[in-house]
Amino acid sequence: MTGRGLGPTAGALRHVVLMAGAVIMLSPFVWMVLSSFKPQSEILTAELTFLPQRWAAIENYATVWTRVPMGRFLLNGAIVTASIFALQVLVNLPCAYALAKLRFRGRRALFAVVLLGLLIPIHATAIPIYILFHHAGILNTYAALILPFAISVFGIFMLRQFFMTVPDDLIDAARIDGVSEIGIVWRVMLPTAMPAVTAFGIFSVVAHWNDYFWPLIAIGTRELYTPPLGVAFFRLNDGGTEYGVLMAAATIVIMPLVAAFLLAQRRFIEGVTFTGLKG
Amino acid sequence: MTPLVKPAQDLHHAYRRRDLREALAALALAGPASALIFVFLIAPLVCIALLSLTDYQLGAKALRFVGLHNYSEMFADRVFRRSLENTLIYVSVVVPLSVGLGLGAALLIEAGESLRAFYRTVYFLPVMATLIAMAIVWEFALHPKLGLVNLALKSVGIAGPDWLHDRHIVLYTLAGIGVWQSVGFNMVLFMAGLQAIPRDLYEAAAVDGVSNAWDRFRTVTWPMLGPVSLFVIVITAIRSFQVFDTVQVMTKGGPNRASEVLLYTMYSEGFEFFRTGYAAAVTMVFLAFVLALAALKTWFLDRRVHYA
Repeated sequence: MTGRGLGPTAGALRHVVLMAGAVIMLSPFVWMVLSSFKPQSEILTAELTFLPQRWAAIENYATVWTRVPMGRFLLNGAIVTASIFALQVLVNLPCAYALAKLRFRGRRALFAVVLLGLLIPIHATAIPIYILFHHAGILNTYAALILPFAISVFGIFMLRQFFMTVPDDLIDAARIDGVSEIGIVWRVMLPTAMPAVTAFGIFSVVAHWNDYFWPLIAIGTRELYTPPLGVAFFRLNDGGTEYGVLMAAATIVIMPLVAAFLLAQRRFIEGVTFTGLKG
Repeated sequence: MTPLVKPAQDLHHAYRRRDLREALAALALAGPASALIFVFLIAPLVCIALLSLTDYQLGAKALRFVGLHNYSEMFADRVFRRSLENTLIYVSVVVPLSVGLGLGAALLIEAGESLRAFYRTVYFLPVMATLIAMAIVWEFALHPKLGLVNLALKSVGIAGPDWLHDRHIVLYTLAGIGVWQSVGFNMVLFMAGLQAIPRDLYEAAAVDGVSNAWDRFRTVTWPMLGPVSLFVIVITAIRSFQVFDTVQVMTKGGPNRASEVLLYTMYSEGFEFFRTGYAAAVTMVFLAFVLALAALKTWFLDRRVHYA
């Protein structure tokens, strides 16, 4: 929105530049999908071709599925991301409400800690958490993948900012009706905060579906691999040079989020930017 | 007792009761989160600082306080110095390119109506896609003989290099992938910034005789984007410091440490060689950079850098 519309020349130039950029942005995806359809022999010819001469899509995808428990990896990813998000709402939403609407000793201190926490990436706390989980005997479990993210200072911060804008009258009315504070959180605040919760949910699912660092550290058995670990493992052990099969595996891992994104682009972009303001 | 005091006392008691009720509710509502903040944030931060002063090894029964030994060993170590240097190079390549191209894309896309949604979607796609899977795709696309990049270069008569195994190039290749992945993110942040610019500023500029696109950008858009730009720069820098996935899966820091970066050093020392104390010291250096950048961000935001 830099003012008025462009002239025909400038308009055409805009498309030329943006299309060139779009080709670069998209080419790895196109290359991935097309290669996943090709037999190894065609990939090894080292010719720049687009569509395969002989379609090997079914065998490539079937190979992935039979050689590693890809379904299990996807299921693990779904279990872990869904559990993380459910716990995050359960733990952080009440805390955000308390910070926004209740008066209690230590509120300022707690909020200061939340603000500090916003700056700390998981990489900085990974070693101590790993040692803690080692002693608790829960490395290599779903719990190890989920628990460190049950707390999201970012979720607290974001929901608190949202609750600050909710009028006190709404809460007072509920109190007069005899609704308990916990009832207010789940029956009054949660419904009004749905847009913020959705945005946070998208952010959370994207971040944890794609996370590689923490699962790499916390998980050692194949049965518990999340999709990123699964595809990295597959590259290392089974399909390192079978490029068609490897690209099929990559396509499978990327698909769920990309499909969701294409179906609800606006929400995704809003969710990720709204929440992406985190460092 | 005068009749006037009693209601006041009642009121006082009512307030006390209300305060107590609120305090109990707050304890119930904020308690679990506070406990988890302590376990997963505060305590680990204290631990990592303390561990960096010990010779602790993962799985060892005992540990010894060694003062700043890990730090002196670290700064004397060629690998660590290389790692720090590489990380700084990576950040200083990714930040200007990713921010500059993100701004350019946002301006160009917003400058016209047609295909706006299409471009936004396409540029944003790499932000969404699982980076580890895309790293594997890039590894194949950058294969010296079979990969898309060199095949495309060959078709126009250029012999492409071995992008991931040439130690003079590998770090820049990884930075290129970092830029590819983050441009769309910066683009949408800039788009949000552009949409927040009041339209009448452009009308006012037109009245003042500002007529061409470049002057509009120079006198209105850019000054109004000041705060967003600084914000995007700092965020991109923080995220670039966290480069790990591509390195771990594509190069393992190689060849010959040419793509060794801070988090990869931390990971391999801590979780492959189990030198926890040393890895903790590396973590502290990483954390110092991240916190310094965050402090910069806060400082800028507090000053509300704004030239309009």
